[in-house]
Amino acid sequence: MGAWRDKIEGYIEPRFQVSAIRDFARKKKVPEHRHSFWYFFGGICLFLFLLQVVTGILLLLYYTPSVDAAHESVQFIMSQVKFGWLVRSVHSWTANILVGFLFIHMFSAFFLKAYRPPRELTWITGFLLLVLFLAFGFSGYLLPWNELSFFATRVGTDIAGVIPWVGKALKTFILGGPEVSGATLTRFFWLHVAVLPAFALLIMGVHILLVQTLGMSKPIGTGETKEISFFPEFILRDSLAWLLILAAIGAICVFLPWEAGPKADPFASTPLGIKPEWYFTFMFTTLKLVPAHIFSIEGEVLAVMGFLLGGLFLMFVPLLDRRAAREKRSPVFTAIGLAVLVYIVLMTALTYLAPNIGK
Amino acid sequence: MNRRRFVNLFLGGSFIGTAVSFLYPLVRYLIPPRQSEAAVKRILAAKAGELAPNSAKFFRFGSTAAVLVNTSDGQLRAFSAVCTHLTCTVRYEGDTGTLFCPCHNGRFDLAGNVISGPPPRPLEAYEVEVSGGDIYVSRKG
Repeated sequence: MGAWRDKIEGYIEPRFQVSAIRDFARKKKVPEHRHSFWYFFGGICLFLFLLQVVTGILLLLYYTPSVDAAHESVQFIMSQVKFGWLVRSVHSWTANILVGFLFIHMFSAFFLKAYRPPRELTWITGFLLLVLFLAFGFSGYLLPWNELSFFATRVGTDIAGVIPWVGKALKTFILGGPEVSGATLTRFFWLHVAVLPAFALLIMGVHILLVQTLGMSKPIGTGETKEISFFPEFILRDSLAWLLILAAIGAICVFLPWEAGPKADPFASTPLGIKPEWYFTFMFTTLKLVPAHIFSIEGEVLAVMGFLLGGLFLMFVPLLDRRAAREKRSPVFTAIGLAVLVYIVLMTALTYLAPNIGK
Repeated sequence: MNRRRFVNLFLGGSFIGTAVSFLYPLVRYLIPPRQSEAAVKRILAAKAGELAPNSAKFFRFGSTAAVLVNTSDGQLRAFSAVCTHLTCTVRYEGDTGTLFCPCHNGRFDLAGNVISGPPPRPLEAYEVEVSGGDIYVSRKG
């Protein structure tokens, strides 16, 4: 056995120089302190992304991206294809869980001020990945062409449409025409399986490369700490979390398989109780609450501009937080982050607890 | 201008020209072509007597949804069914005699005016005309 192993290694090593990667992984250390729990979330997000790639590729085998066949093909996957219900449920549930973990990963990096130099680009690429994954979620939601996804897409793209100056052109570009139609379905499919994955892989590559070369950030004021090796210690601990999450997703899919819902009818009334996926509900409820006009400007325009500004603030926080950049505590930014987090949690909770708000 | 600067400008300009000549068709390809759909001005929405008082019928008008309401006192009214807030399709609620948008809880009266919620403008009203046994709906103006 040992001889075989030596032979294989003897063949691979001069050609691929694997030992360099192994040495790097062994040399890389992960600091251990009372906040190091949060380091696991990046790896969890990567694992969930890989799960999405695998289940997404499997779904492509039976899914048909056209108005006449999309819903039928999803129903076919759910009811006729062996384990089709499992593959689709894993894909849909994981999409939601992944966005949840991305938010946790982002807010933990925010509160630990992991964005301080030299990790500004790690933060910015991470933020871009969050935006990309929200786009993955939004585009994937329409693909089954059901009632809820049809109207959610209408509302979502109309939100893009209210952005001053560029809104109309942007909306037409996203929809492939003036309305949500077959052209939109084709476009969303194209985005979901080709364009977004290409950009995600590119940005994820940069993000992971930066994490690997710069190492994990330690919170401000943390001095010398114990360290564990990235490989195998950290990876083994992280993979335990991956296994637990995979088991949890499997259990959820068995007990709550993802429904296909009724097929969309573009000319019927919007069904009662409509709401988008949970991660967009804080914007959805805000749009319910803003008055029709504020100082003669349409309320939704102001709300959308507010979200855009909030996003830009989060993206460029490494450049704004000058105190953290000098390794000093920055309570103002912690307070802003807390306010944003509380707002998102409160509005999300209101969506489910008080659906008639603003009625 | 010396020779080096000239060559640099020439090469730089050629590079930009090449990039633009590749990018222009790409951008134009991505922008969806305008599809001319014959503008529908008038449509047969329902047969007379099809709608009981205090009920509504949704129908396709051009590329969007429209609604014909028979009010509880027997008046026929028609509107664009597209909410002016974020373009969801409204529903008719018989118990309140209003048009309600479930997306963000906007509510309109049967003149199309906003009663409550975030919609910034009234629903577009259409003209209703009963001719023989047919009810026609047409755009105003």
